[in-house]
Amino acid sequence: MRFPVKTISLAVVSALLVFGCGKEAPKQQAAAPQTPAAPPPLMVVKIGHVGPLTGGIAHLGKDNENGALLAIDEANAAGISLDGKKVTFELVREDDQADPKIGNTVAQKLVDAKVVGVVGHLNSGTTIPASSIYNQAGLPMISGSATNPALTQQGFKNVFRVVGRDDQQGPAVADYLIGQFKPKTAAVIDDATPYGEGLANEVEKKLKEAGVKVLPREKGTDKTIDWKAVLTKIKGKKPDVVFYGGMDATGGPLLKQARELKIAATFSFGDGGCTDKMAELAGAAAEGMVCSQAGIPVQAAGRKFLDGYKAAFKIDPILYAPFTYDATHLLIAAMKKADSSDPAKYLPVLATISHDGASGNIQFDDKGDRKDAEMTIFAMKGGKIAPIAIIKSGKSMTVDEYASAGAAAQPAAAPAAMSGMGGMAGAPAEKK
Amino acid sequence: MDIFIQQVINGLTTGSVYALVALGYTMVYGVIQLINFAHGEVVMIGAMVAFSVITALAGTASPLPPAVILLAGVAAAIPACMAIGYLLERVAYRPLRHAPRLAPLITAIGMSIILQHLALLVWSRNPLAFPQIVDNPVFSIGGAAITGVQIAIILLSVVLMALLTWFVYRTRFGIAIRATAENVHVASLMGVDANRVIAATFIIAAALAAVAGVMVGTYYGITHYTMGFMLGLKAFSAAVLGGIGNLAGAMLGGILLGLVEALGAGYIGELTDMCKWPLMKEVVAERCAADGHLVLMGSNYQDVFAFLVLIAVLVFRPSGLLGERVSERA
Amino acid sequence: MNLRDKQPALYWCGVALVAIALIALPLVLTLVGTAWVRITNLAILFIFLALGLNIVVGFAGLLDLGYIAFYAVGAYVYALLASPHFGLHLPFWIILPIGAFFACVAGALLGAPTLRLRGDYLAIVTLGFGEIVRILVNNLSSPFNITNGPKGITRIDPFRIGELEFYNSDTWMGILFTGPAKYYYILLLILMAVIVINLRLQQSRIGRAWVAIREDEIAAKSCGINTRNVKLLAFAMGASFGGIAGGMFSAIQGFVSPESFILHESIMVLSMVVLGGMGNVWGVIAGALLLSFVPELLRYTVEPAQQALFGRMLIDPEVLRMLIFGAALVLTMRFRPAGLWPESRHRQEFSGEHRS
Repeated sequence: MRFPVKTISLAVVSALLVFGCGKEAPKQQAAAPQTPAAPPPLMVVKIGHVGPLTGGIAHLGKDNENGALLAIDEANAAGISLDGKKVTFELVREDDQADPKIGNTVAQKLVDAKVVGVVGHLNSGTTIPASSIYNQAGLPMISGSATNPALTQQGFKNVFRVVGRDDQQGPAVADYLIGQFKPKTAAVIDDATPYGEGLANEVEKKLKEAGVKVLPREKGTDKTIDWKAVLTKIKGKKPDVVFYGGMDATGGPLLKQARELKIAATFSFGDGGCTDKMAELAGAAAEGMVCSQAGIPVQAAGRKFLDGYKAAFKIDPILYAPFTYDATHLLIAAMKKADSSDPAKYLPVLATISHDGASGNIQFDDKGDRKDAEMTIFAMKGGKIAPIAIIKSGKSMTVDEYASAGAAAQPAAAPAAMSGMGGMAGAPAEKK
Repeated sequence: MDIFIQQVINGLTTGSVYALVALGYTMVYGVIQLINFAHGEVVMIGAMVAFSVITALAGTASPLPPAVILLAGVAAAIPACMAIGYLLERVAYRPLRHAPRLAPLITAIGMSIILQHLALLVWSRNPLAFPQIVDNPVFSIGGAAITGVQIAIILLSVVLMALLTWFVYRTRFGIAIRATAENVHVASLMGVDANRVIAATFIIAAALAAVAGVMVGTYYGITHYTMGFMLGLKAFSAAVLGGIGNLAGAMLGGILLGLVEALGAGYIGELTDMCKWPLMKEVVAERCAADGHLVLMGSNYQDVFAFLVLIAVLVFRPSGLLGERVSERA
Repeated sequence: MNLRDKQPALYWCGVALVAIALIALPLVLTLVGTAWVRITNLAILFIFLALGLNIVVGFAGLLDLGYIAFYAVGAYVYALLASPHFGLHLPFWIILPIGAFFACVAGALLGAPTLRLRGDYLAIVTLGFGEIVRILVNNLSSPFNITNGPKGITRIDPFRIGELEFYNSDTWMGILFTGPAKYYYILLLILMAVIVINLRLQQSRIGRAWVAIREDEIAAKSCGINTRNVKLLAFAMGASFGGIAGGMFSAIQGFVSPESFILHESIMVLSMVVLGGMGNVWGVIAGALLLSFVPELLRYTVEPAQQALFGRMLIDPEVLRMLIFGAALVLTMRFRPAGLWPESRHRQEFSGEHRS
């Protein structure tokens, strides 16, 4: 009996494997021939985009992808020539499901598909491992939403990001708290995710530097909805401000229970808790909470981007679309400047480029982080979050001041155009 | 002291919910000696159904008073969960009653995954804000705050547990359940329809789970398709703590586990602050000077307590606090 | 009677063909796309896990729902000993055995207090254990930073033998060997060894003792089997396979974080074992391959199919995958309780009604 089982199983194994690739082969070929087949005066240049298109944060992944797609369409409409050849840009879209394992696989798929640059990924957890695959292939990558400082600390020359790091966002909200509320004691809570903990660490560091007494860190999980025990403990220490690094799904119950326990402190959140959903989850308790988002509010993004996005996709951008839009334009601008789509040639240009995008002027520092990234502070007013300050280079200004300062070149949308945030109501941003 | 009272109130509230869910585990275990692994999902479905009904009724600016809307939610959730409970018994347990013990357990895990993802398809993967329609006044007891919803949860749990006890110990059907739990074969010989009794047990357990689901939704103001899983595990731990198969044990275990969690999360940080340990003080003096605290284990270990309790009970007193049944077969 | 004795020529021909196919596989896949070599490598890792779990669940009949914890232990041991996190860079052939050892200890630690338990209790306790390990890994960044917490550990060393780097591409004899292809060969080698060990184990005294315990613990005890030690051994051996797989996962990914070791992964490995056939090494391998490649196929078929049928996405491939896993568990237990490729002894057990 031994042999048949063995052979059959192995046959099944091989058949499965062959089936697996046989299934895939046509698709790959369908995408591949365009590059060699194009006659000299026409050239297709492929740019990759990766974000989660299925799973819990698929809507954010789609938003990112739309931003990149818009930039590609604009570039194609403008008609760009590189090295004497007319270029058509093509966006190769991949789904990493926010899972590091799958992130590596799709990164490899982009390398296989011979893209010349990558926009993405969305989560730091998938971006960091994938960045080493792109590094090995010499592909420039720009993330529009990965905020973990570790991404650009790996020493890879090809890695950039256009969004502010956790350690840029954290200090901004801490500065605002210190300036506005002059707290003596602060409590910091996080949800033990890379995002929540990273942000909370940065806030705590800044608060301590300013001489604020910070209570020992309390933690939940990204599914914790019972915060009463933790909050009761905090209540006994009477903090003036509380910061929570985490998402709205856990932050909402936290805020609600805090008010039930009659904790009077001001509650503040990072961008994960910076949504209208907070008011839905916490009810009246949400009023007056303060929160921050990395970058400028979508409403302050360039008018050209907002109109283009709305026209192309019939919806408003949700969160990071302006950044992926800028990232894509950055890649194309660098190619234009280098007059080549060869990553080896345009990568050095990209590192030193200065570009005016939807999220303001972009330049990279020597690590690949954005110089002087803006942060926005929001407050909950009447069940909606409204931008109250934009912080740039440590300076705080209102949204109107920022728009009229001309940083975005185009007049920004008035704060009244809050519809973009409506889209965020059902959109808990997850661990970036 | 007010902090301590507050933690006790917190613990009693979650403990009451655990107790209701634990009763479901313990009843099912009593009659078929199997863990209904998907019981937590029934709680989740209860919360979800109530969410839909309450949202629909409250959203239309209807003249219905909030209490009626809430009752309607409960009234819809109970039969829905009963149907799920019956389905579970028919699909996952009855066909496999004579199979090896691994089989129904694996099926139940499968059912749990299926229920979760069906709920995801129906109610979306986003956390849903449970409409907060009833007034929730906050009362003060010795400096600690207790909300109307908390009081309602504790009282309702007590009433339901009393009802269940009366049902199991004083009615004919209750006697049939106890007889089946004692010995299925002998009970069958005495004219008890074992299939009916087992199905009924699943249904009663599901009804309790439905109420627990609505309680969780109202108390925390949020429902999510994964919420049943951890809750189920903790309630199971509570049932084991009290002695599985024992009704009073499940109630006691639930309350105790709630208290352990609240007090644990509240005080473990201070207990494991190494700057306060006489022996460690010198070793970590540098870190303490910088920060004042060096907490070894904080509230981040809150979810571990239930599992530690579970393991400790199984190792040192497998029959639980009140259990008379020796868990040889388990 | 088997074919090896009856027609040796045919048998060895078959073996040679399979061997050639397995050796040529990554080269062929590279032509299609290196990504497929990566997917194959992950599938092989899942085979390791499934075979390890098979020892516990299939051979010894102890349902373990926290198996991924041992994978995590192996992965973190590798990450800590071969990354800039502690500045340690030990070679992989030293770390993998260390990882296996730690996983083995963890297995024994789990096994010792739970030996008295059976079935459902054991399942829940192991599940709890898996969660405890994940929570520990997630939280051991303070007050002393051991695991770097939820951020995970980056820049983990790849495998390296002398000058041979497994990370880069190399061209030998005019053939391009990409990094993943090189990993494939080392995975294949280890896989062969693991399969041989499993087959020998099954036939050994210990293997038969496990089956005896699975069938009837009391009878096994009265036959003179030291059930405690034998069960501990099942836990420890199963765990060490998980530990080795974890170490290789670490090296191939170059990054580990606690979110890779959630309960879903345990359930996925369990599904592989149950679907393939508990106790049958070849069945488990087939189950692991099937469930590793099905999600990939779903990714390419579900979305276009739904777009064509309904004009929009109704069910995410990811959700569909979980529904299929759940249904696989339920339907297998209902209609083919011994799995698609059952072990002969298990088949007897599940078809007979010798328990009430």
